[in-house]
Amino acid sequence: MIVANKKPIEEIIEMVKGYRKILIAGCNECVTVCEAGGKKEVGVLASSMRMFFMNEGLKTEIDEITLERQCDHEYLEELRNSIDQYEAVVSLACGVGVQFMAEKYFATHVYPGVNTCFMGVTEERGVWSERCQGCGKCILDRTAGICPISRCAKRLLNGPCGGSTKGKCEISKDLDCAWQLIIDRLKELGRLDEYEEIAPIKDWSTERAGGPRKVVREDVRQ
Amino acid sequence: MPCTGKVDLLHILRAFERGADGVYVVGCMEGDCRFDRGNLRARKRVEQAKAILDKVGVGGERVKMFNLSSGEGPRFAEYAVEMTKKITEMGPNPIKEAMGKAA
Repeated sequence: MIVANKKPIEEIIEMVKGYRKILIAGCNECVTVCEAGGKKEVGVLASSMRMFFMNEGLKTEIDEITLERQCDHEYLEELRNSIDQYEAVVSLACGVGVQFMAEKYFATHVYPGVNTCFMGVTEERGVWSERCQGCGKCILDRTAGICPISRCAKRLLNGPCGGSTKGKCEISKDLDCAWQLIIDRLKELGRLDEYEEIAPIKDWSTERAGGPRKVVREDVRQ
Repeated sequence: MPCTGKVDLLHILRAFERGADGVYVVGCMEGDCRFDRGNLRARKRVEQAKAILDKVGVGGERVKMFNLSSGEGPRFAEYAVEMTKKITEMGPNPIKEAMGKAA
């Protein structure tokens, strides 16, 4: 999932304090799972903002909605008939949702309510970590299902660097060396001989280095 | 509520939004939760509420978590008196005053 973190309430208030009718829009997908922008977080932010504005003597109407997704036309369309009544929208979706909302409702002021961090997993409640950088050319088949692009600080493709000590990366004692994990798993799977194969030079043009990306699938396109 | 683990951050915030001067949450002793971590979850939510109330100008001191066993009636009363005293010193919830002015 896309992992996001809540923006501080004071930062959000600063963005929208000039508006008197605001919609807070959550998203039922990734940001709900990582507890940053789902229905509950919408309620907490709305309640907090109502108290702030009331306390400041600023009569401000704050409505709440949580869409199924903000990265698809069909769900964002649900706002079509009501969005014009709002002076601003705070979207608690990831950066994708915020942008799609802004694209779709060009005349509406749309502000981000979360900081979008990475694609990752829930290690335990309250702990999320990165697993994929969307490089566009997956190599997990050769790395025992552990990604050196997202999990090695140097994104190395042919084994660990000299900074790998006792299974940890030199940038943090809490960070596993991705290549140690890969070697351990290859060994466990009886495929350590694959480690000896030199990885070809990676085509980085499919990564962000090649500019903004797009996937077009003619087989499903309408 | 059957357990303070059921207390949601929104329950606390909405109480203040509607004008409550103070909220105190009384859970079982830590380590004695029938549902293992209910009172520990409640404590975290009370801490979250405190931080938010400070940021929005209501005052985090208006919410507090207490722990006691079901056999400690006198202590429950002591906590009630302590909380009432504290809130009386702090004065009314500023939101309530603002609501009064707006009406």
